[in-house]
Amino acid sequence: MTVPIALNQTAVAKKLEISGVVQGVGFRPFLFGLADQYHLKGEVFNTSGGIRVIVEGPPEKIERFVDDIYHKSPLLASVTDIKSSDVPPGNFFSFKIENSEVANRRTTLISPDVAICSDCLAEMKDPGNRRHEYEFINCTNCGPRYTIIKDIPYDRSKTSMKSFKMCGKCQQEYDDPLNRRFHAQPNACPVCGPQVFLTDRRGNRINTDSQSAITLAAQYLRQGRIIGIKGLGGFHLACDAANLDAVKQLRQRKNRPHKPFALMAASASILFDHVHVSNREKQLLTSYQRPIVLLKRKYINGDNQKGSVLATDVAFFNKTLGVMLPYAPLHCLLLEKGPSILVMTSGNLSGEPLSIENEDALEAFSHIADYFLLHNRDICFRADDSIARIQAGETRFIRRSRGYAPLPVFINRKMPKILGCGAGFKNAVCLTRGHHAFLSQHIGDLDNMKTHAFYRDSIDHLKNIFDIQPDIIAHDMHHGYMSTDYAKAQNTVKKVAVQHHHAHAAACMAENGLDEEVIAITLDGTGYGTDGHIWGGEILLCTQKAFKRKAHLSYIKMPGGDAAVLEPWRMAASVLFQVFGKDFLQMEIPYIKAMEKEKLSFICGMMEKNLNSPLTSSVGRLFDAVSSLLCVRHTISYESQAAMELEAMADERPVRECYAFDLVSGKKDGGRDQVFEINLMPCIRQITAELQQGRHVAGISAKFHYTLAQAFAVAALKVSLQTHIQKIILSGGVFHNDIILNTMILALEEHNLKVYTHTQVPTGDGGICLGQAVVAAALEGS
Amino acid sequence: MTEEKILLDHGSGGKLSHSMFSDMILPLFENSELSKQDDGAILDVEGARLAFSTDSYVVDPIFFPGGNIGDLAVNGTVNDISMCGAVPKFISVGLIIEEGLPVKQLKIILETIAAAAKKAGVKIVTGDTKVVPRGKADKIFINTSGIGVIPAHVNVSGSNAQPGDKIIVSGTLADHGIAVLSSREGLKFDSDIKTDSAPLNKMVQSLIRSGCDVHVLRDPTRGGLGTTLNEIASQSRVGIRIDEMSLPVTGPVRGACELLGFDPLYIANEGKLIAFVPEKDVDKALEIIRQDVFGKVAVIIGDVTSEDPGKVFLQTSIGGVRPIDMLTGEQLPRIC
Ligand SMILES: [Fe+3]
Ligand SMILES: [Mg+2]
Ligand SMILES: [Zn+2]
Ligand SMILES: [Zn+2]
Repeated sequence: MTVPIALNQTAVAKKLEISGVVQGVGFRPFLFGLADQYHLKGEVFNTSGGIRVIVEGPPEKIERFVDDIYHKSPLLASVTDIKSSDVPPGNFFSFKIENSEVANRRTTLISPDVAICSDCLAEMKDPGNRRHEYEFINCTNCGPRYTIIKDIPYDRSKTSMKSFKMCGKCQQEYDDPLNRRFHAQPNACPVCGPQVFLTDRRGNRINTDSQSAITLAAQYLRQGRIIGIKGLGGFHLACDAANLDAVKQLRQRKNRPHKPFALMAASASILFDHVHVSNREKQLLTSYQRPIVLLKRKYINGDNQKGSVLATDVAFFNKTLGVMLPYAPLHCLLLEKGPSILVMTSGNLSGEPLSIENEDALEAFSHIADYFLLHNRDICFRADDSIARIQAGETRFIRRSRGYAPLPVFINRKMPKILGCGAGFKNAVCLTRGHHAFLSQHIGDLDNMKTHAFYRDSIDHLKNIFDIQPDIIAHDMHHGYMSTDYAKAQNTVKKVAVQHHHAHAAACMAENGLDEEVIAITLDGTGYGTDGHIWGGEILLCTQKAFKRKAHLSYIKMPGGDAAVLEPWRMAASVLFQVFGKDFLQMEIPYIKAMEKEKLSFICGMMEKNLNSPLTSSVGRLFDAVSSLLCVRHTISYESQAAMELEAMADERPVRECYAFDLVSGKKDGGRDQVFEINLMPCIRQITAELQQGRHVAGISAKFHYTLAQAFAVAALKVSLQTHIQKIILSGGVFHNDIILNTMILALEEHNLKVYTHTQVPTGDGGICLGQAVVAAALEGS
Repeated sequence: MTEEKILLDHGSGGKLSHSMFSDMILPLFENSELSKQDDGAILDVEGARLAFSTDSYVVDPIFFPGGNIGDLAVNGTVNDISMCGAVPKFISVGLIIEEGLPVKQLKIILETIAAAAKKAGVKIVTGDTKVVPRGKADKIFINTSGIGVIPAHVNVSGSNAQPGDKIIVSGTLADHGIAVLSSREGLKFDSDIKTDSAPLNKMVQSLIRSGCDVHVLRDPTRGGLGTTLNEIASQSRVGIRIDEMSLPVTGPVRGACELLGFDPLYIANEGKLIAFVPEKDVDKALEIIRQDVFGKVAVIIGDVTSEDPGKVFLQTSIGGVRPIDMLTGEQLPRIC
């Protein structure tokens, strides 16, 4: 056979600018391998915008090379764009990996932190490996990223690994393009890398080496002690989840009476005794992001039929348990040597951000932890564990943080440089540029000096690493949020105030690539409305740019303002007073028996006189009212507790029973400007009657959930018929509620409406920052 | 555009009042005395230093547990002069009376004014009376102005707070505001809550005579302690930290605030002062204040720092540190 002389044998050269998550994920070795495979010459290097490659060779091989970049890129990489251009060939004799080019533009995407990969896990377990049981093992496919980065480009000198000089062996791996650790910035080994150590609660070092520090910590955990553990993005407080005394003690010392504790389990399979794990859930659990996944419990509060038992106190009155699998090598070792399920609650004081420094943690938790498992690698930037859940067939975020931040959400529209300041609670912020919206990690409730500082630091840090100086700042309309104050204090730029629920809706629209007029059902806790009242049960007709309120829950009073949020019994009094007047004080229902009469009549007095009794259309508050009315929860110790416990209480059998509700059409300034009021007071009246007849709370709760979803679905349908719009957006914190989400989707789809929900950012206030930016961009574009 | 109108909130003593003062009033009247923004003006008159202050009283209802609009008007001006470090001497009383006010009520008010002046040791040396048609005023409004003399060495001002100063409050918080609110709205509490309206000039004089180096004196009236501390923090460009556990509030007032959903930090007081004193003098100052009949439960509530100038922080009972803002109108719910 003769070798045909190809006519296109002449080599050409192409320059490729690859953008996306392409740094610190083994991309250059991957390209090196590809070039080797196709016998191509050229060079590759990191730029601040991503990766630049020049390849030289036959055109069809270059084509396959480019094809493979799209289809065979490394696990953690994500290529968003390849710009190709012709350059003169003939400059190369081989394919080389060159040093990073430092440029001014910073457009590369920064990788989040990544859970330990299977290769590293195998090495860590191999007694013959030089990293046997080394708790900082990592490679280009895994390990810390975002939390150790001080600046970009992502090079070791700009991370907290700077203070650890690689030993000869590590350096060799780092320099070898075909090694898994080629340019793995946090590369380390027991000889040259960070070390763990154990201290008592006062910070006195307990004399051990790294390995026995973990063994000893594991032993203390088995003995029921509480340990403060420095992890990847911050501290955890850990104890044995099967040890009731330990869990009780942790609750008491942390002053956290009810809020469920997150768990960390050695493997997915040991969870099977306790929770249901579907395939999708297992995928999410074992994904490299390793979020806390909310899983349905097999038993609630101890009535387990099986042998193994978790302490009842890990989570009360809750249908789910929040569980994650170990993501740092340290966690793997700890769970292997210690109890196989640990409580791993975030290491922060109530209301404060996660501790990240040894000294801070020792100061903050000396009264909580018996011992501290610390290490000497700094956490540059804190990242709380993410919390996610599979609902209605999709992954939903309750908190989008470690493992996901700071990866962008992709936006159809080309965005100006905007800072979305977020809301006041469960805050996250967002910076946009081009088609990217970079959401920060979870920042928290802006009600505390340290959280304020974290908020400002996060904005500065993100501005720096993404090189985005916003031209527009978008913020909530509420005057009482620190984030609003922050926005107002920034003098030089344009500011846009965005209504809270418009922001909720816009975030969901952007996620789903919708930029036309839609109907948005926003069910929520608290959001400042354009009429000065507190909204939270709205149907909006909206575009990204503007909205019209088409329907809302009839206003109810919040006697005591914020106190009514913390004390749902006030909301129960409010709805009862609205339905029955003061007569309700004489009613024969458990709620009345549980309350002090004088307090109730005082509250009635406040409402009569409109004394600190703001009006709200919040569905969250209606949930609170019903929760207390059914004597499920009268005062709360964590956010949404009353509503979550009401949901957990609901009968699981499918419901078709519906309480009465009214749709009252309000202002009629002609066709499109009609505003419906959704009045659920008839439902409250019927619930009260059923309570008097002694109906069980489980049935009432289920029926109430169904009624609420129906009422809003029916109202949305009316708006749809009026406007001929069939696309429905669901957003707001109430959609964390599984029953509401599922019932609502069903009810809307029954009428052939197309439903869009959140799958990339939280449906709660953690997603607000995105919506604010989207609204501001739409206004700017007009 | 809708026409901007004056809102009730412009008179609340909170954020809007302050912006009205600095945006509308100060630029027009600008002078060195007014710019200081203390409770009263400090005037150099031929070698003597005088404190001069004025205030109008429009309280509803005019009679409330523990007092009425009369002693409130006298004590208010006596206190404003005292907070300049001055000894109040003379006051004026201007009455605007609504047609139809029962003479009996006016008589009681006038008697109360006389008694209050006597108790405070000030002379009422001039005054004015107007009667307006029904509906043009609400029963009775009173304006009082006063003059006091500042002793030679005294230099007290809201802009004098220094890092390291300790902050003393002379008694329990929020009594007046809750007393007036409960009588206006007909709210019933377990036990009676009375106004704390009282003249503080004797307390201030003892404090100043003692030689304590007093930097700041203020009476936390409208807007409450939270607002007053914010004013001082920004006037002196210092940070202020107070400790929630140390804040003195009586059980009934605390209970009332809890039920109403109000923060005692933002409720008015009419017989309390806060004093900023360097640490070296604080024990002595506290002792002197406690010897006064209106200062028996005085306590140290916090201190001044050089960090976070202009800001006030509360160390909460659960261990966090919460920023305390100036009062901003109606406190709308924020928590979700
Ligand atoms: Fe919200
Ligand atoms: Mg005054
Ligand atoms: Zn690895
Ligand atoms: Zn090494």
